[in-house]
Amino acid sequence: MTTLDSSKEIQKNNSEVNETHEDFRMFGLITFLIADGMTFAGFFAAYLTYKAVNPLPDGAIYELELPIPTLNTILLLVSSATFHKAGKALLKDKNSESQKWLFFTAFLGIIFLICQLFEYFHLPFGLTDNLFASTFYALTGFHGLHVTLGTLMILIIAWQSRIKGGRLTSQNMFPLEAVELYWHFVDGIWVILFIILYLL
Amino acid sequence: MTISIDPQKTNNESLQPKGWLRYFSFSLDHKVIGIQYLVCGFLFYLIGGTLASAIRIELASPMSDFMPRDVYNQVLTLHGTIMIFLWIVPVVNGAFGNYLIPFYVGARDMAFPRLNAVAFWLIPPSGLMLVASYFVEGAAQAGWTAYPPLSITTPQSGQIIWILSVLLLGGSSIFGGINFIATIIKLRRPGLKLMQLPMYCWAMLGTSLLVVLSTPVLAGTLILLSFDIIANTGFFNPVLGGNVVVYQHLFWFYSHPAVYIMVLPAFGLVSEILPIHARKPLFGYTTMVFSIMGIVVLGLVVWAHHMFTSGTPPWMRLFFTIATAFIAVPTGIKFFNWVATLWGGKISINSAMLFSCGFIINFVFGGITGVALAQVPFDIHVHDTYFVVAHFHYIVYGGTVFIIFSSIYHWFPKVTGKMLNEKLGILHFIITFIGFNLCFAPQHWLGLNGMPRRVAEYDPQFQFVNQISSLGALLMAISTIPFLINVFLSVRNGKDAGDNPWNALTPEWLTSSPPPIENWEGEAPLVEEPYGYGKNF
Repeated sequence: MTTLDSSKEIQKNNSEVNETHEDFRMFGLITFLIADGMTFAGFFAAYLTYKAVNPLPDGAIYELELPIPTLNTILLLVSSATFHKAGKALLKDKNSESQKWLFFTAFLGIIFLICQLFEYFHLPFGLTDNLFASTFYALTGFHGLHVTLGTLMILIIAWQSRIKGGRLTSQNMFPLEAVELYWHFVDGIWVILFIILYLL
Repeated sequence: MTISIDPQKTNNESLQPKGWLRYFSFSLDHKVIGIQYLVCGFLFYLIGGTLASAIRIELASPMSDFMPRDVYNQVLTLHGTIMIFLWIVPVVNGAFGNYLIPFYVGARDMAFPRLNAVAFWLIPPSGLMLVASYFVEGAAQAGWTAYPPLSITTPQSGQIIWILSVLLLGGSSIFGGINFIATIIKLRRPGLKLMQLPMYCWAMLGTSLLVVLSTPVLAGTLILLSFDIIANTGFFNPVLGGNVVVYQHLFWFYSHPAVYIMVLPAFGLVSEILPIHARKPLFGYTTMVFSIMGIVVLGLVVWAHHMFTSGTPPWMRLFFTIATAFIAVPTGIKFFNWVATLWGGKISINSAMLFSCGFIINFVFGGITGVALAQVPFDIHVHDTYFVVAHFHYIVYGGTVFIIFSSIYHWFPKVTGKMLNEKLGILHFIITFIGFNLCFAPQHWLGLNGMPRRVAEYDPQFQFVNQISSLGALLMAISTIPFLINVFLSVRNGKDAGDNPWNALTPEWLTSSPPPIENWEGEAPLVEEPYGYGKNF
């Protein structure tokens, strides 16, 4: 037989012992982010194919300006750094400092979204004007949805890191680490998106 | 960091309903969720089967006299979508995966039990939504591929409901995939090495990788398609400057791996069943593992062989033909390993074994026509004909569905503690096997002679062969009756199975049947040789 130990005595003892296992929530999140990244990869592939084979029809307007997206890139990069600061502070049990950094990160996220909306309202083309306009709005919109969700999650963990009764402490870092990883992911996607949509 | 499990928290038996009611609850027990997947999938199989019967009745005569043409299109779309997304994918992944994987890795549950329950409960509403779309202005008509511009020009509400439903089912599939990867990689019992896992774990690991990497692309594509339908954008609409071929690329980037998502778990299940009923170790364990991973990698880079008639450039045809032909290598290795496992074994001729052997035979036919279809000149000749329909059903029905039935006969004693009736089981096999081959083998001939698929009417010269095919479909429909009788009789008055009726060595049999709520009364057993049959210990 296999190495099955079916001694009744051992079974009885084992069922009373607390079992432990590794924390694999982060592993699950990373797998999810790979899946999410594949959605973006599909969008990017579609956009690049359109760029390669579908010429812009005559008279169609598709022009992008650089200042706002550049500002947005800087905003997101800075927000990644401030999020990191929040994690460092929480690790040293400085909860109020951590909370401040979190609120600042969420603030940067909101500014990003406002800038994005400002850009939308001042662009010379709309969603259905031409193929590239549609792709532009789909890509930035899908990314903006991610930023919105990320900002909401940051606000939630900022609330959870309050001093009295908050569940986010240096012993329970997972919520912050998870949102931080997600935020870096959204940030990374923006950098790729910025290069593909605006610079190429 | 480690998490300690408080026994009082995990043993929340008092909070969960008991008896049959737990199958209607948000249960976190992987065994309950597995059965939920299986029964829910089977109900949709009956619906999809009814639709298939309607298709075969219509095709018994060359004119569209049984139903109007647009209803025929709706029926074939619903049939394809239900069978793929609500029967095969959830059952062969979700049902058996949830039931078996925690046993195989020596765990008490899946890695994320709540996510697991969420993944299951996404399925019934989206399935009902899909079926209900028939009664709202008619269901989608563009086939399960939903190619634009057809999907943009057919009535909108059915297509949009179809998209929503497939998005939900895709989400369910992704959540399941994440769960399986985490369970197999991270939740293994201490001391259990990867290369000691039963083959089904490897199959599910490969499948879940495909699910996680390819399903999101389909989700993104369908979101773009829904924009085309609702918001009048032109991603895939040539009138507005869009590109339909981009849709086909993105769609097949998911849907070719989807074929492996449907068939790889069946490869794993048959590798579990054959050694037990042949009393021999699984032949070529290591080569099996590498072929699964080879199929996963190759499966991601062959999608454009579905698009040889979509104006694909020559280099693309060349690459995708060669890559597709390469898949025959790992698949062939697996086929020969199964045959070698049977070779010289002490084979019991029971229903599980018969269905597994039926799988091997059907799958070889499907595999050979698959290699043929990968060749560009031949593919252009039979593209969108009944030859493709025959090939696909040989893989998915003759392959996967045969294994689903084989697995039900094999694991029924585990789940219920009762044996299924062997006489009814063998009757079920004989009718299914004859019916299936009678239904689909003639369709190769129809396709080669140019009968297009997805059309309600056809040239009268094909009538006789179509009637043979419809007769086979009738037999397939009848074959469900002995199976259902068998299940209902055996659940009530079946012969008691004992804990391990097959004298198996894989971990799920080393506990009581049905298993206790946390799988083992004590510590999980460490099974180092899951296929050590015929050896002296």
